Amino acid sequence: MTPALDPRPAALRPKGEAWLGWASFLLMIGLWGGAALAVNSRFLPAPWAVIAHIGWLTNEAHLLPDFAVTLGRAALGFVIAMVLGTLIGIALGRSRWVDRLFLNWVVVGMNLPAIVIAILCFIWLGLNDKALILAVVLNKTPLVITNIRQGVLSFDPAFDEFARAYRLSRGQTFRLIHAPQLVPYLLTAARTGLSLVWKIVLVFEVLGSDSGVGFRVSLFFQFFDLKGILAYTLVFVAIVMLLEHLAIGPLERRLLKWRTDQT
Amino acid sequence: MAHGPDLSLSIARLTFGGTVLYKDFHLTIAGGEVVALIGPSGVGKTTLLRILAGVETGFDGQALVDGRPAPLAPVPGLVFQDARLLPWLTCADNLRAVRPDVSDAVVAQALAATGLVDVQDKWPRQLSGGMQRRLGLARALLVNPRLMLLDEPFVSLDRVVVRELQALVTDLIVQSGATAVLVSHDPQDAACLAHRVVIIAGRPVQIAADLALDALPAQRSRTQIIAYEDRIETAMVESAL
Repeated sequence: MTPALDPRPAALRPKGEAWLGWASFLLMIGLWGGAALAVNSRFLPAPWAVIAHIGWLTNEAHLLPDFAVTLGRAALGFVIAMVLGTLIGIALGRSRWVDRLFLNWVVVGMNLPAIVIAILCFIWLGLNDKALILAVVLNKTPLVITNIRQGVLSFDPAFDEFARAYRLSRGQTFRLIHAPQLVPYLLTAARTGLSLVWKIVLVFEVLGSDSGVGFRVSLFFQFFDLKGILAYTLVFVAIVMLLEHLAIGPLERRLLKWRTDQT
Repeated sequence: MAHGPDLSLSIARLTFGGTVLYKDFHLTIAGGEVVALIGPSGVGKTTLLRILAGVETGFDGQALVDGRPAPLAPVPGLVFQDARLLPWLTCADNLRAVRPDVSDAVVAQALAATGLVDVQDKWPRQLSGGMQRRLGLARALLVNPRLMLLDEPFVSLDRVVVRELQALVTDLIVQSGATAVLVSHDPQDAACLAHRVVIIAGRPVQIAADLALDALPAQRSRTQIIAYEDRIETAMVESAL
């Protein structure tokens, strides 16, 4: 199981098993290579051919600008959705009145097809970045709200009693009592949110954009350029894995150190 | 040494889940006195402590600490039954949670006063049950409380640790001169620590017995403690009849 797919938080995974994640990745490449040798390379280019093609796309074509545009859109949509979703999730979790009034909206938001939201945004705002990012935010925010609301509802009232007894201010109570209890829910929202945002941004770029990875992949599709599609996919996977291992994983280990630290 | 505050608690009515828990209940505690509130499990002892801590406000009546309503009184040193440490903070940061302004030296001093050494950077889960209670006690002491509220502080610990902690708490309360209220269902806790034992029972809760224990807690011999324990147990049995 790759570390990214292991359901346990990174901080809780046994350290000695890290090599298994990389072995799994190599096994996947090996299987792909074997399959490529067995079938027509037009339908399934070999991994080494795709890797060489990445070099060409980087130097001679638009790979870097395409990824820069898509990553920018995904990052912006992600940050806005996380901030909005966290604030709304806290409001829903803290106030029964707000929860009763707006929970149905969240349920509707969770279940509206992403493509419908995208089409509506493009019709209302035109085929531009604003519409695309709004569509991403509208798709992602309900998921964050649900996670954070659940986190707030799970707060241990015993710690609130401690805060009241020791007359902690609202700021102190949030920083010392509530925020640490929200961390696992925020991490889950971030991790599931990232995977969702990638997919949505790409679909929306295919649907209504003239730039970015989704747009380029749709061009490759029109020319039946499987090598191009797989090259972009591979770079995408590499970025996701880098984010997991260089950002989210270390952040999770740091924030949840109190659960596992043996020093 | 300055004494802790006088306490005056009057509950006209307090209901819980449709049941009248307290009705026309009055209790006064003199400054510097250590009072043990004893009664069977579930009688409502912790509720009284929560009222004095200013945490429980949903009742008719008033809790006065030196003449001021409990929620506005100075911060009490509250020791919880379950230690209630914040698991995501180190031991030192657990203390700083209630006094962010204190220096490392003061934190170390508070830990040392409760017999904890080299635990500043450890997480609460790395401590034994007894050490966690000590840390909870150190945290309560850090606010320099004039009022100490102890909610079953020795429950679920083995006898040796309980003896050590009872001696420690007695010393610390004597040193601070604080008024203290100890809630327990164990007569031995009261026999060790208290100047006065208030046994509560019934529904609505009433004071069934109010016993003064003559010898000062810090000067009690084992024989005296056992004798007091017997006396409290007898009073408890009689109050249950």
